[in-house]
Amino acid sequence: MTAPASTNGGAPQPSETAVTISVDGSDVSVPEGGTILDACKAAGIDTPTICYADNLTPVNVCRVCVVEVEGNRTLVPSCSRPAEEGMVVSTDSDRVRHSRKMVLEFLGSDVDLSEADEITQWGEHYGADPSRYVTEADSSIAARAPQEVKVQDNLYIRDYDKCVLCYKCVEACGDDAQHTFAIAVAGRGSDATISTEFDVTLPDSACVYCGNCVAVCPTNALQFKSEFDLRAAGDWRPEDQTVTTTICSYCGVGCNLELHVQDNEIVKCTSPDDHSVTMGNLCIKGRFGYQYVNSRK
Amino acid sequence: MSDLFISEEAATAEEVAAVDAVIPEADSVLIIESERLVRGGQARRNERRHLLLPALHALQHEIGWISPGGSNHIAYRLQVPPAEVFGVASFYELFRTDDPGHTQSVTHICVDPACRIAGATALAEATEAAGGKVHASPCLGQCERAPAVFIQGRGEPDAVPADTEHPSAPIHQDPDDLQLLTRIGRYDPTSLDDYRGIGGYAMLAKAIEMGPDAVIAAVTDSGLSGRGGAAFPTGIKWRGVADQTGRPKHVIANCDESEPGTFKDRILMEHDPFAVVEALTIAGLTTGAENGWLYIRGEYPLATERINGAIDAARAAGLLGDDVAGSGKRFDIDVRRGAGAYICGEETALFASIEGYRGEPRNKPPFPTTHGLFSEPTAINNPETLINVLPILEHGADAYRGKGTDRSPGTKLYCLSGNVAQPGLYEFAFGTTLGEALADAGGVTGNLHAILMGGAAGSFVGPDAMDLPLTLEDTREAGTTLGSGVIMVFNDTVDMTDVVVRITEFFRNESCGQCVPCRVGTVRQHEVMVELSEKGTLAAERSQLIDDMALAMGDASICGLGHTASGAVQSAINLGLIGGSS
Ligand SMILES: Cc1cc2nc3c(=O)[nH]c(=O)nc-3n(C[C@H](O)[C@H](O)[C@H](O)COP(=O)(O)O)c2cc1C
Ligand code: SF4
Ligand code: SF4
Ligand code: SF4
Ligand code: FES
Ligand code: FES
Repeated sequence: MTAPASTNGGAPQPSETAVTISVDGSDVSVPEGGTILDACKAAGIDTPTICYADNLTPVNVCRVCVVEVEGNRTLVPSCSRPAEEGMVVSTDSDRVRHSRKMVLEFLGSDVDLSEADEITQWGEHYGADPSRYVTEADSSIAARAPQEVKVQDNLYIRDYDKCVLCYKCVEACGDDAQHTFAIAVAGRGSDATISTEFDVTLPDSACVYCGNCVAVCPTNALQFKSEFDLRAAGDWRPEDQTVTTTICSYCGVGCNLELHVQDNEIVKCTSPDDHSVTMGNLCIKGRFGYQYVNSRK
Repeated sequence: MSDLFISEEAATAEEVAAVDAVIPEADSVLIIESERLVRGGQARRNERRHLLLPALHALQHEIGWISPGGSNHIAYRLQVPPAEVFGVASFYELFRTDDPGHTQSVTHICVDPACRIAGATALAEATEAAGGKVHASPCLGQCERAPAVFIQGRGEPDAVPADTEHPSAPIHQDPDDLQLLTRIGRYDPTSLDDYRGIGGYAMLAKAIEMGPDAVIAAVTDSGLSGRGGAAFPTGIKWRGVADQTGRPKHVIANCDESEPGTFKDRILMEHDPFAVVEALTIAGLTTGAENGWLYIRGEYPLATERINGAIDAARAAGLLGDDVAGSGKRFDIDVRRGAGAYICGEETALFASIEGYRGEPRNKPPFPTTHGLFSEPTAINNPETLINVLPILEHGADAYRGKGTDRSPGTKLYCLSGNVAQPGLYEFAFGTTLGEALADAGGVTGNLHAILMGGAAGSFVGPDAMDLPLTLEDTREAGTTLGSGVIMVFNDTVDMTDVVVRITEFFRNESCGQCVPCRVGTVRQHEVMVELSEKGTLAAERSQLIDDMALAMGDASICGLGHTASGAVQSAINLGLIGGSS
């Protein structure tokens, strides 16, 4: 969870539990235990993140959020490194820009980012050029066979060609939210993927269809079937969608629902990350139980 | 019974028997007292999960793969979600998660440089032609007797044919330099009495008498630094763990030895196992850790057997257990076998591997001295580092410093392989030059072209480096490294592009896959090298790309694998070994 951070524009007022660090030359205070990323946010510095989410334990695997910290041989992930009193941080040095650019280039060269707008925008920001790598035309070693999209039920699909391996879905399914553990990272190195045991289909796995993995996926690799079908039909129009907030009527917990409506039909259901009850998570009823609303047949 | 979802795929009787031999019913996470009373829970689950790796080994050995039924049985016994069992099993090279479709043992043949130039490819073809099941393997830690073979047994124990064919260790040494290899060949490595006969366990007694503070002072004063590659001062590490109180503590001998070109730890464990056990025991008593672990790479059956034998003998003699050698202190050692993963030699990955998780490194800080195995204070050392403590205690720090240089005191083990007359394990005082080391190994066969220093994670030097003193400081200054002591020699008949392509493939295969710079960077780097091997030259924009990738992998990766994955390539380009004319 992100601790509330405060900016002290040049007049730091360290309390007992605050640490002050220098970010790009300005002093910033964050509560003790806060991260460098918290400090960047407090200083109004926009930082790219892919594997980080407020409601998940940082795994710091994507490395797009790296910053330079004086005295450290390598760059450090801002999303997970706690701010320590007196740290001197640069978020826009040549080294930082280079590594961020390369991470974004690597992903662009490896993953279908066509529905990951935020990542591609950061790529443009840092001048990433995913086209400069060895292609199939240069060498057969670069040939990559596309994977088939896993459509195994009517609720959500998995398109792992779009997966950046950010571990978010695994965390959401596991310790950080759902405690179902239906999916895990399998394989090693470039063969690593998100998988059920022996790649069994979701209906054959432990999955309870809470959709919490879908909610955290940053690339649309996990996608509600409703969205997938509309996209396939060329009829997915986020700009025409309205979002209505309501409270789930299935039980007494009081989960907030955001109903995304296109042409008078609910096309997906989410919950706000910062909602005190759900932290963005729902159960199968809240997540998918809206379908009766749509059915007028 | 459990709230874990496990599919209906049931284990066969032999699968159950194999798993239960490692996790007896009594060790099952769920304790079913009656239909209504089932005990278990998260704490017990965490406590037992370290049995996952041994259970997977048992299953793989029995039926040749990790089957869904067998996996379900492990999942149930340990209450680990099946998806995670699969995630862990599929991480390791020695575990298959698909049916092999045969019941034969598998012949692993090393395809790394020393074996490549010694005819590994032809051996693999011949083995296959003779009906063998061949698996191309990264360095098997037998580079001195290339091409290396390891048999992953099915219905028979795992085996290394060369162990029986050449039972003695090929060691060549200048007696003046020796203080680590002195015991090898002088005692029967299966006999504790024999070991004691040449002075074995005298240093444990001395360490007990001196007490932890004096031992740490001696180790610190000796200037001993880690021999696993990172050269961290051992005294500081031990002090750090000794100062931790109130939580269980661990000491670990990191015997995962998988750096291509490295075989020293194997020879130590095979031929001087008691010294490794004694030194680890000293580390335990000194840091106040009651739990010792020895993590041995899975491809070392003889080393594992000898170490197990040494531990059993030591325990029987009261040198391990509740009252170690009358010290009143408790210390014992568990052995774990790796399962084919170079990355598990990285200390935090090794912790995860023992704990029953995927061998993925984590960010430091926090450091192992406070957050190591099971997040508890841990001192992890290479076995070569550990056995240095014996001469330090025996002769004192000053005498120890009498060898080597001021900033690199003592002696170091070197693994010489490739085109040298007498490949093998050597011990030289720090400061010996590269040329002297090669001369001791009988000189280069053919015309010297290049030398790989420190393994795949190290870098190449050329024939002009003969005067380079082998010390931490001189190699660093020369832009290379001693690393784990690899000196792999190539003459001018070797296709260096092929060697470098293989090194990049090694990193591609061995990356854990966790972080983007390394997971994707190692692949892209390998692709550029393959393209180079096909086209013969490296275009300017490709050179730029190589540099750009190297910088990001070195700067933004999580662990040392990514940090070092481009060193050999870059040095090969700089020396003009690859990439057309220099
Ligand atoms: C990819 C990788 C592989 C490693 N493999 C080994 C190994 O096989 N044995 C080892 O002792 N250290 C290995 N290390 C270094 C360990 O992380 C650690 O630094 C070492 O075990 C500490 O012991 P020392 O201080 O005695 O050297 C490896 C490091 C990396 C990054
Ligand atoms: S829908 Fe829920 S239970 Fe199923 S995989 Fe996703 S997070 Fe896990
Ligand atoms: S499927 Fe999505 S959430 Fe899961 S690892 Fe891939 S990109 Fe991340
Ligand atoms: S650098 Fe490579 S091996 Fe290390 S954590 Fe990252 S992906 Fe894994
Ligand atoms: S957002 Fe920090 S490493 Fe991914
Ligand atoms: S065993 Fe083949 S290179 Fe080491």
